[in-house]
Amino acid sequence: MALSNLLENISMALTSLKSNKMRSLLTMLGIIIGIAAVIAIETVGGSLTGTVTDSMSGMGVGNITVSLTQKDSDDTSGTSAGVTLRRFMDDTPSGDDLITDTMIAEFEAAFPDQVDRVELTREAGTATIDKAGDPDTTISATLTGASPATLNALESDTPILAGRWLTDGDDGKYLCVVSEKFVEQAIGTTNAGALGTRVVLTVNGSPCAFYVAGVYEYVENEYASLMGSDDDDSIQTTIYIPLETARALTGEDEGYQSLTVVAANGVDVTNFVDVVGDYFASYYTRNDTWTAQATSISSLVESMTEMLDTISLGISAIAAISLLVGGIGVMNIMTVSVTERTREIGTRKALGAPSSAIRLQFITESIVLCLIGGVIGVALGVSLGMGLSSLIGFAARPSLTAILIAVGFSMAIGVFFGYYPANKAAKLDPIEALRYE
Amino acid sequence: MADKRQFAQAVARHIGAPAIPRRPLIQMRGIRKSYYIGQPNELEILHGIDLQVYPGEFVAIVGESGSGKSTLMNIIGVLDKPTQGSYILDGVNIHDAKDNELAAIRNRKIGFVFQTYNLIGRQSALKNVELPMLYAGVPGGERARRAKDWLTRVGMGDRMRHQPNELSGGQKQRVAIARAMVNNPALILADEPTGALDSETSRVVMDLFHEMHRRYHKTIVLITHNPALAKECERVLTLKDGRIVDEQKGEGADGIV
Repeated sequence: MALSNLLENISMALTSLKSNKMRSLLTMLGIIIGIAAVIAIETVGGSLTGTVTDSMSGMGVGNITVSLTQKDSDDTSGTSAGVTLRRFMDDTPSGDDLITDTMIAEFEAAFPDQVDRVELTREAGTATIDKAGDPDTTISATLTGASPATLNALESDTPILAGRWLTDGDDGKYLCVVSEKFVEQAIGTTNAGALGTRVVLTVNGSPCAFYVAGVYEYVENEYASLMGSDDDDSIQTTIYIPLETARALTGEDEGYQSLTVVAANGVDVTNFVDVVGDYFASYYTRNDTWTAQATSISSLVESMTEMLDTISLGISAIAAISLLVGGIGVMNIMTVSVTERTREIGTRKALGAPSSAIRLQFITESIVLCLIGGVIGVALGVSLGMGLSSLIGFAARPSLTAILIAVGFSMAIGVFFGYYPANKAAKLDPIEALRYE
Repeated sequence: MADKRQFAQAVARHIGAPAIPRRPLIQMRGIRKSYYIGQPNELEILHGIDLQVYPGEFVAIVGESGSGKSTLMNIIGVLDKPTQGSYILDGVNIHDAKDNELAAIRNRKIGFVFQTYNLIGRQSALKNVELPMLYAGVPGGERARRAKDWLTRVGMGDRMRHQPNELSGGQKQRVAIARAMVNNPALILADEPTGALDSETSRVVMDLFHEMHRRYHKTIVLITHNPALAKECERVLTLKDGRIVDEQKGEGADGIV
């Protein structure tokens, strides 16, 4: 019975709103704009953080990068642009300034539970080689020295197809692990057939021979395809070589400019970043120019989320004002509606409607009005948000929570701003109301 | 077919038959109604009305404008409470009832018919007739069934889906009568039901009231200033300056024993 009355009330409300379409729409406008604004910003914000978090967690949210930076204690007058400029002008750290294997070993020993592994890499430049069966075309690849721990971690994304990753025993040897794409480009055999092949790469202008120890799966890089390098020959893959070999090739000093610490599962990376940074910086207290600094992607994501939250808050404040004005509009129009329908209210009371039924009828009408406004607002906000997201180039993610809250909130506005006029209707004296012209 | 109808009528008569001993449906003693109480311009409209209406009666209350007709109607229809005096409607003392109880009494015991029809705009005739049942808590299916039934009985079966603005005055009043009857009230209270209608349509509406009275044994109180219509009723009370000054037997009294 209660349900059938509710449905009856809703149908009465719809009839009443339909009879004044233009007026109802104008009344809803404040609600529509307010809700649409919140939903749009939530959708854009959600897709932005969602996409960024996704792509960054692909890079490893648990990764902490430790790198050497110049101390800027003497730099009191310089702007940050000045600092950057000076850093570019200065030499890269060398010799005693670099992070040593001893530091890494001590670090690993100091935090055995928090650290999963330390990944070490060294860029050895770009290597070029003639295309298999076509000496006129040159294939280029990135030559990267990597520690066995780093390589083993690659297994999950780009598993080895033939052969093996490099191990500690390979250090200093001229072995390499190449991608299946490279095999196809430069060797021209099957993956298994490429093992043990001698490839002569041109590194920094001089030829250098490597033996293939393993072939890993080639995963197409979405950014590469984005940039339109659909030409197979121009695809650059990475050739992994032992760390020491890379050092010998580049002629650099022993030690590392940067390294990646992978935190163990369950470690709060945000806090651990500072610990790692402080630990490595402690080695550089007496160094005049260089110090170590730790950053993590999760702290980046966090600061970005914080920024988005601030923007959302700002827009929500504007939306709240819009909703308040919209709510007052609803109250106004409901008061007008009650006055217009005084005779109807009188008739209903004469027919035996208790005050509560009249109150409920008008509150229902107000809720339905706001709810329709809210739903239109959500639809508008989602499409606006999706449009904006695709404009920026991210996948749109309308937040279900935000939508539910918006719809619930618009209902609450209906109750809050509909109560006063509804109560006014409920309190009408039936005789006065019936006599009203 | 004829047997069936006769049987139905017999049953209706049986159900509508007054209980013995007969208790007045409307029992008014010393009803006074004043406005602006306690103010210098305090105004007494009704100066002590005594009125008994028995179940099954068709009573007309006539009086010129300003005689207190409307005030009396409001009190009979429990839209208003008397300042003094007691009013017992169908065994319920109105004086003690709270607002919500008064609403329930109007809903179950009284069927209103107004001069200006007072149908709810933008709602079909059917929805209008369903309205009293909505407030009585009758389930939806039952509401529609009974509303259709009554609309058919008042001859509006073919216009159930029409909205009030698509109906003529006489048709609207027929819908209003169906609405008044649908909760099977003890009393039909009609306030100038033909006041806005031409004589021909008035006749149709009055005939409908007679039918409600004879066939369904409804107690009807008709308030009018038209002496000709009043004469058709069983009893005619004349109201003047807030007092009942005359009581006559109407022509209708001969029609039924």
